[in-house]
Amino acid sequence: MSKFKKNKQEGTPPISTASLPDIVFMLLFFFMVTTVMRETEMLVDNILPQATEVKKLERKSLVSYIYIGSPRGINRKKQYGTKAKIQLNDAYARVEDIQSFIVAERESRAEEEIPLLTTSIKADVDVKMGIVSDIKQELRKAQSYKINYSTRKENK
Amino acid sequence: MARNKRSTPEINAGSMADIAFLLLIFFLVTTTMDVDTGIARKLPVLDDTQQPEDMQGNARNIYEVYVNKTDKLLVEDEEMDIEDLRNGAKEFLNNHGKNPALSDSPDKAIISLVNSRGTSYEMYIAVQNELTAAYNELRDDEAIRKYSLNYTELPKDKQKEIRKMYPMKISEAPPGEF
Repeated sequence: MSKFKKNKQEGTPPISTASLPDIVFMLLFFFMVTTVMRETEMLVDNILPQATEVKKLERKSLVSYIYIGSPRGINRKKQYGTKAKIQLNDAYARVEDIQSFIVAERESRAEEEIPLLTTSIKADVDVKMGIVSDIKQELRKAQSYKINYSTRKENK
Repeated sequence: MARNKRSTPEINAGSMADIAFLLLIFFLVTTTMDVDTGIARKLPVLDDTQQPEDMQGNARNIYEVYVNKTDKLLVEDEEMDIEDLRNGAKEFLNNHGKNPALSDSPDKAIISLVNSRGTSYEMYIAVQNELTAAYNELRDDEAIRKYSLNYTELPKDKQKEIRKMYPMKISEAPPGEF
Protein backbone atom coordinates (compact mmCIF):
# COMPACT_ATOMS: atom_id res chain seq x y z
CA MET A 1 0.00 0.00 0.00
CA SER A 2 2.98 2.24 0.11
CA LYS A 3 2.33 3.15 -3.51
CA PHE A 4 -0.74 5.06 -2.49
CA LYS A 5 0.61 6.67 0.60
CA LYS A 6 -0.91 9.93 1.52
CA ASN A 7 0.81 13.10 0.56
CA LYS A 8 2.24 14.40 3.71
CA GLN A 9 2.09 17.95 2.53
CA GLU A 10 -0.78 19.80 4.15
CA GLY A 11 -3.04 22.37 2.41
CA THR A 12 -4.11 22.49 -1.22
CA PRO A 13 -1.37 23.01 -3.77
CA PRO A 14 -1.70 26.23 -5.80
CA ILE A 15 -3.35 25.86 -9.21
CA SER A 16 -0.97 26.70 -11.99
CA THR A 17 -2.10 29.71 -13.96
CA ALA A 18 0.58 29.35 -16.59
CA SER A 19 -1.95 28.24 -19.23
CA LEU A 20 -4.36 31.06 -18.49
CA PRO A 21 -2.90 33.36 -21.17
CA ASP A 22 -3.28 30.56 -23.69
CA ILE A 23 -6.96 30.12 -22.88
CA VAL A 24 -7.57 33.84 -22.99
CA PHE A 25 -5.71 34.15 -26.28
CA MET A 26 -7.82 31.39 -27.75
CA LEU A 27 -10.99 33.26 -26.81
CA LEU A 28 -9.47 36.48 -28.04
CA PHE A 29 -8.72 35.05 -31.47
CA PHE A 30 -12.22 33.63 -31.69
CA PHE A 31 -13.78 37.01 -31.07
CA MET A 32 -11.29 38.78 -33.30
CA VAL A 33 -12.21 36.52 -36.18
CA THR A 34 -15.97 36.64 -35.66
CA THR A 35 -16.30 40.32 -34.93
CA VAL A 36 -17.77 42.64 -37.51
CA MET A 37 -17.40 46.30 -36.83
CA ARG A 38 -20.47 48.31 -37.56
CA GLU A 39 -19.41 50.87 -40.08
CA THR A 40 -22.66 52.70 -40.68
CA GLU A 41 -24.45 54.95 -38.27
CA MET A 42 -28.18 54.47 -38.40
CA LEU A 43 -29.97 57.60 -39.55
CA VAL A 44 -33.38 55.97 -39.89
CA ASP A 45 -35.66 54.04 -37.58
CA ASN A 46 -35.20 50.40 -38.33
CA ILE A 47 -37.46 47.87 -36.69
CA LEU A 48 -37.45 44.88 -38.97
CA PRO A 49 -40.58 42.82 -39.56
CA GLN A 50 -40.76 39.26 -38.32
CA ALA A 51 -40.84 36.18 -40.49
CA THR A 52 -40.36 32.46 -40.09
CA GLU A 53 -39.26 31.30 -43.54
CA VAL A 54 -35.92 33.02 -43.48
CA LYS A 55 -32.60 32.26 -45.03
CA LYS A 56 -29.25 33.22 -43.63
CA LEU A 57 -27.32 35.84 -45.50
CA GLU A 58 -23.97 34.27 -46.12
CA ARG A 59 -20.76 36.11 -46.88
CA LYS A 60 -21.45 39.52 -45.46
CA SER A 61 -18.72 41.07 -47.57
CA LEU A 62 -20.89 40.51 -50.64
CA VAL A 63 -23.96 42.25 -49.28
CA SER A 64 -24.89 45.88 -49.82
CA TYR A 65 -27.48 47.33 -47.52
CA ILE A 66 -30.30 49.72 -48.24
CA TYR A 67 -31.99 51.09 -45.15
CA ILE A 68 -35.46 52.56 -45.27
CA GLY A 69 -37.37 54.19 -42.46
CA SER A 70 -38.42 57.49 -41.03
CA PRO A 71 -35.57 59.73 -39.79
CA ARG A 72 -34.25 58.63 -36.43
CA GLY A 73 -34.49 60.84 -33.39
CA ILE A 74 -36.59 63.91 -32.64
CA ASN A 75 -34.12 66.41 -34.11
CA ARG A 76 -33.87 64.63 -37.42
CA LYS A 77 -37.66 64.22 -37.52
CA LYS A 78 -37.99 67.99 -37.07
CA GLN A 79 -35.47 68.64 -39.80
CA TYR A 80 -36.51 66.08 -42.39
CA GLY A 81 -40.09 65.24 -41.47
CA THR A 82 -41.38 61.80 -40.62
CA LYS A 83 -41.71 60.53 -44.16
CA ALA A 84 -39.71 57.39 -44.87
CA LYS A 85 -36.23 58.07 -46.19
CA ILE A 86 -33.59 55.92 -47.79
CA GLN A 87 -30.18 55.59 -46.22
CA LEU A 88 -27.20 54.43 -48.25
CA ASN A 89 -23.93 54.07 -46.37
CA ASP A 90 -23.80 57.04 -44.01
CA ALA A 91 -26.15 59.50 -45.65
CA TYR A 92 -29.71 59.98 -46.77
CA ALA A 93 -30.26 59.34 -50.43
CA ARG A 94 -32.91 59.65 -53.07
CA VAL A 95 -34.33 56.79 -55.10
CA GLU A 96 -32.32 57.97 -58.12
CA ASP A 97 -29.07 57.50 -56.20
CA ILE A 98 -29.54 53.75 -55.92
CA GLN A 99 -28.19 52.92 -59.35
CA SER A 100 -24.95 54.77 -58.77
CA PHE A 101 -24.73 53.19 -55.31
CA ILE A 102 -24.98 49.71 -56.83
CA VAL A 103 -22.38 50.60 -59.45
CA ALA A 104 -20.04 51.87 -56.74
CA GLU A 105 -20.59 48.70 -54.71
CA ARG A 106 -19.75 46.62 -57.75
CA GLU A 107 -16.59 48.55 -58.47
CA SER A 108 -15.27 47.93 -54.98
CA ARG A 109 -15.55 44.16 -55.41
CA ALA A 110 -13.48 41.74 -57.43
CA GLU A 111 -14.90 40.96 -60.83
CA GLU A 112 -15.65 37.32 -60.14
CA GLU A 113 -17.66 38.28 -57.08
CA ILE A 114 -20.02 40.64 -58.89
CA PRO A 115 -22.64 38.01 -59.79
CA LEU A 116 -22.79 36.97 -56.16
CA LEU A 117 -23.61 40.42 -54.86
CA THR A 118 -26.83 40.59 -52.88
CA THR A 119 -28.78 43.67 -51.89
CA SER A 120 -30.33 43.50 -48.48
CA ILE A 121 -33.37 45.70 -48.03
CA LYS A 122 -33.69 46.69 -44.42
CA ALA A 123 -37.00 48.44 -44.18
CA ASP A 124 -38.87 49.51 -41.11
CA VAL A 125 -42.24 47.89 -40.38
CA ASP A 126 -44.03 51.21 -40.86
CA VAL A 127 -42.65 51.85 -44.33
CA LYS A 128 -45.17 51.83 -47.14
CA MET A 129 -44.65 49.59 -50.15
CA GLY A 130 -44.54 52.51 -52.61
CA ILE A 131 -40.97 53.44 -51.78
CA VAL A 132 -39.91 49.80 -51.61
CA SER A 133 -41.35 49.17 -55.06
CA ASP A 134 -39.49 52.21 -56.41
CA ILE A 135 -36.28 50.80 -54.99
CA LYS A 136 -36.94 47.39 -56.49
CA GLN A 137 -37.50 49.02 -59.86
CA GLU A 138 -34.19 50.92 -59.56
CA LEU A 139 -32.41 47.70 -58.63
CA ARG A 140 -33.80 46.04 -61.72
CA LYS A 141 -32.53 48.97 -63.80
CA ALA A 142 -29.13 48.50 -62.20
CA GLN A 143 -29.32 44.79 -63.02
CA SER A 144 -28.93 43.81 -59.43
CA TYR A 145 -31.47 41.05 -59.16
CA LYS A 146 -30.58 39.22 -55.98
CA ILE A 147 -32.34 40.80 -53.06
CA ASN A 148 -33.11 39.87 -49.51
CA TYR A 149 -35.86 41.36 -47.42
CA SER A 150 -34.18 41.55 -44.04
CA THR A 151 -36.29 40.25 -41.18
CA ARG A 152 -36.03 39.21 -37.59
CA LYS A 153 -36.55 35.57 -36.89
CA GLU A 154 -39.86 34.87 -35.24
CA ASN A 155 -39.95 32.38 -32.43
CA LYS A 156 -42.49 29.79 -33.40
CA MET B 1 33.32 35.64 -22.97
CA ALA B 2 32.19 35.65 -19.47
CA ARG B 3 29.07 37.46 -20.52
CA ASN B 4 27.90 34.60 -22.78
CA LYS B 5 28.03 32.20 -19.93
CA ARG B 6 25.47 34.17 -18.00
CA SER B 7 21.97 32.89 -18.73
CA THR B 8 19.47 35.43 -20.02
CA PRO B 9 16.94 36.37 -17.41
CA GLU B 10 13.45 35.05 -18.04
CA ILE B 11 10.88 37.56 -19.22
CA ASN B 12 8.08 37.83 -16.77
CA ALA B 13 4.92 36.68 -18.55
CA GLY B 14 2.65 37.31 -15.65
CA SER B 15 1.04 40.36 -17.23
CA MET B 16 0.46 38.61 -20.53
CA ALA B 17 -2.92 37.42 -19.29
CA ASP B 18 -3.90 40.96 -18.38
CA ILE B 19 -3.07 42.28 -21.82
CA ALA B 20 -4.93 39.45 -23.47
CA PHE B 21 -7.90 40.02 -21.20
CA LEU B 22 -7.99 43.67 -22.13
CA LEU B 23 -8.08 42.84 -25.83
CA LEU B 24 -10.60 40.08 -25.21
CA ILE B 25 -12.98 42.41 -23.43
CA PHE B 26 -12.68 44.94 -26.24
CA PHE B 27 -13.65 42.39 -28.86
CA LEU B 28 -16.36 40.94 -26.63
CA VAL B 29 -17.98 44.34 -26.41
CA THR B 30 -17.67 45.26 -30.09
CA THR B 31 -18.69 41.91 -31.51
CA THR B 32 -22.17 41.42 -32.93
CA MET B 33 -23.23 37.84 -33.07
CA ASP B 34 -26.52 38.30 -34.86
CA VAL B 35 -26.60 36.76 -38.29
CA ASP B 36 -28.52 38.59 -40.93
CA THR B 37 -31.56 36.67 -41.97
CA GLY B 38 -34.25 37.47 -44.42
CA ILE B 39 -36.53 36.34 -47.20
CA ALA B 40 -34.51 35.88 -50.37
CA ARG B 41 -36.03 36.87 -53.67
CA LYS B 42 -34.88 37.29 -57.21
CA LEU B 43 -36.15 40.27 -59.15
CA PRO B 44 -37.27 39.71 -62.72
CA VAL B 45 -35.12 41.01 -65.54
CA LEU B 46 -36.22 44.39 -66.81
CA ASP B 47 -37.09 43.85 -70.42
CA ASP B 48 -39.43 46.17 -72.27
CA THR B 49 -39.38 44.17 -75.49
CA GLN B 50 -40.92 41.15 -73.83
CA GLN B 51 -44.67 41.06 -74.23
CA PRO B 52 -46.62 40.06 -71.16
CA GLU B 53 -47.82 36.51 -71.57
CA ASP B 54 -51.43 36.03 -72.45
CA MET B 55 -53.05 34.82 -69.31
CA GLN B 56 -56.51 34.33 -70.80
CA GLY B 57 -57.71 30.76 -70.58
CA ASN B 58 -55.00 30.13 -68.08
CA ALA B 59 -56.87 31.60 -65.18
CA ARG B 60 -57.06 28.41 -63.16
CA ASN B 61 -53.28 28.33 -62.87
CA ILE B 62 -53.06 31.79 -61.43
CA TYR B 63 -53.64 32.46 -57.77
CA GLU B 64 -54.40 36.12 -57.42
CA VAL B 65 -53.43 37.77 -54.18
CA TYR B 66 -54.19 41.45 -53.71
CA VAL B 67 -53.14 43.49 -50.72
CA ASN B 68 -54.73 46.91 -50.51
CA LYS B 69 -53.60 50.04 -48.73
CA THR B 70 -55.47 49.14 -45.55
CA ASP B 71 -53.57 45.83 -45.46
CA LYS B 72 -56.62 43.77 -46.36
CA LEU B 73 -56.18 40.64 -48.42
CA LEU B 74 -58.21 39.71 -51.47
CA VAL B 75 -57.46 36.20 -52.68
CA GLU B 76 -59.17 34.85 -55.79
CA ASP B 77 -61.83 37.58 -55.47
CA GLU B 78 -62.60 36.76 -51.86
CA GLU B 79 -61.49 38.40 -48.67
CA MET B 80 -59.12 36.31 -46.65
CA ASP B 81 -57.28 36.48 -43.37
CA ILE B 82 -53.51 36.21 -43.42
CA GLU B 83 -53.73 33.06 -41.29
CA ASP B 84 -55.62 31.23 -44.04
CA LEU B 85 -53.31 32.26 -46.86
CA ARG B 86 -50.78 29.49 -46.28
CA ASN B 87 -53.34 26.70 -46.48
CA GLY B 88 -55.17 28.39 -49.33
CA ALA B 89 -51.96 28.61 -51.36
CA LYS B 90 -51.04 25.02 -50.51
CA GLU B 91 -54.42 23.77 -51.63
CA PHE B 92 -54.13 25.74 -54.85
CA LEU B 93 -50.61 24.52 -55.62
CA ASN B 94 -51.14 20.90 -54.69
CA ASN B 95 -54.38 20.46 -56.60
CA HIS B 96 -53.00 18.35 -59.49
CA GLY B 97 -56.05 19.13 -61.62
CA LYS B 98 -58.65 17.72 -59.25
CA ASN B 99 -60.61 20.85 -58.54
CA PRO B 100 -61.33 22.72 -61.81
CA ALA B 101 -61.06 26.07 -60.03
CA LEU B 102 -57.53 25.40 -58.82
CA SER B 103 -54.23 24.69 -60.55
CA ASP B 104 -53.40 21.92 -63.05
CA SER B 105 -50.09 21.05 -61.45
CA PRO B 106 -47.64 22.69 -59.05
CA ASP B 107 -45.12 23.49 -61.79
CA LYS B 108 -47.72 25.34 -63.86
CA ALA B 109 -49.19 27.24 -60.95
CA ILE B 110 -48.29 30.89 -60.59
CA ILE B 111 -49.01 33.07 -57.64
CA SER B 112 -49.70 36.62 -58.67
CA LEU B 113 -49.07 39.10 -55.90
CA VAL B 114 -50.28 42.66 -56.34
CA ASN B 115 -49.88 45.23 -53.62
CA SER B 116 -50.85 48.84 -53.32
CA ARG B 117 -48.33 51.62 -52.87
CA GLY B 118 -49.94 52.19 -49.50
CA THR B 119 -49.54 48.62 -48.26
CA SER B 120 -47.36 48.49 -45.17
CA TYR B 121 -44.06 46.71 -45.45
CA GLU B 122 -44.95 44.59 -42.46
CA MET B 123 -48.03 43.20 -44.23
CA TYR B 124 -46.10 42.66 -47.45
CA ILE B 125 -43.47 40.62 -45.63
CA ALA B 126 -46.17 38.67 -43.81
CA VAL B 127 -47.75 37.75 -47.15
CA GLN B 128 -44.40 36.86 -48.68
CA ASN B 129 -43.64 34.79 -45.60
CA GLU B 130 -46.89 32.84 -45.82
CA LEU B 131 -46.43 32.17 -49.55
CA THR B 132 -42.85 31.03 -48.98
CA ALA B 133 -44.06 28.86 -46.12
CA ALA B 134 -46.63 27.23 -48.42
CA TYR B 135 -43.90 26.28 -50.89
CA ASN B 136 -41.53 25.16 -48.16
CA GLU B 137 -44.16 22.95 -46.56
CA LEU B 138 -45.07 21.35 -49.88
CA ARG B 139 -41.42 20.70 -50.64
CA ASP B 140 -40.94 19.26 -47.19
CA ASP B 141 -43.94 16.94 -47.57
CA GLU B 142 -42.69 15.74 -50.93
CA ALA B 143 -39.17 15.21 -49.59
CA ILE B 144 -40.48 13.20 -46.65
CA ARG B 145 -42.72 11.13 -48.89
CA LYS B 146 -39.92 10.34 -51.32
CA TYR B 147 -36.81 10.19 -49.20
CA SER B 148 -38.11 10.34 -45.61
CA LEU B 149 -35.93 13.36 -45.00
CA ASN B 150 -36.69 17.02 -44.63
CA TYR B 151 -36.09 19.14 -47.71
CA THR B 152 -33.21 20.99 -46.11
CA GLU B 153 -31.50 17.73 -45.13
CA LEU B 154 -31.45 16.38 -48.68
CA PRO B 155 -28.34 16.51 -50.85
CA LYS B 156 -28.15 19.29 -53.45
CA ASP B 157 -29.29 17.23 -56.45
CA LYS B 158 -32.32 15.84 -54.63
CA GLN B 159 -33.24 19.34 -53.50
CA LYS B 160 -33.06 20.46 -57.10
CA GLU B 161 -35.36 17.66 -58.14
CA ILE B 162 -37.95 18.62 -55.54
CA ARG B 163 -37.54 22.28 -56.44
CA LYS B 164 -38.33 21.38 -60.02
CA MET B 165 -41.56 19.73 -58.94
CA TYR B 166 -42.54 22.72 -56.85
CA PRO B 167 -40.91 25.73 -58.50
CA MET B 168 -41.54 28.96 -56.66
CA LYS B 169 -43.34 31.17 -59.13
CA ILE B 170 -44.41 34.36 -57.48
CA SER B 171 -45.12 37.10 -59.96
CA GLU B 172 -45.37 40.66 -58.79
CA ALA B 173 -47.16 43.29 -60.78
CA PRO B 174 -46.29 46.96 -60.40
CA PRO B 175 -48.18 48.29 -57.39
CA GLY B 176 -51.42 50.12 -57.95
CA GLU B 177 -53.36 52.76 -56.06
CA PHE B 178 -56.20 50.89 -54.44
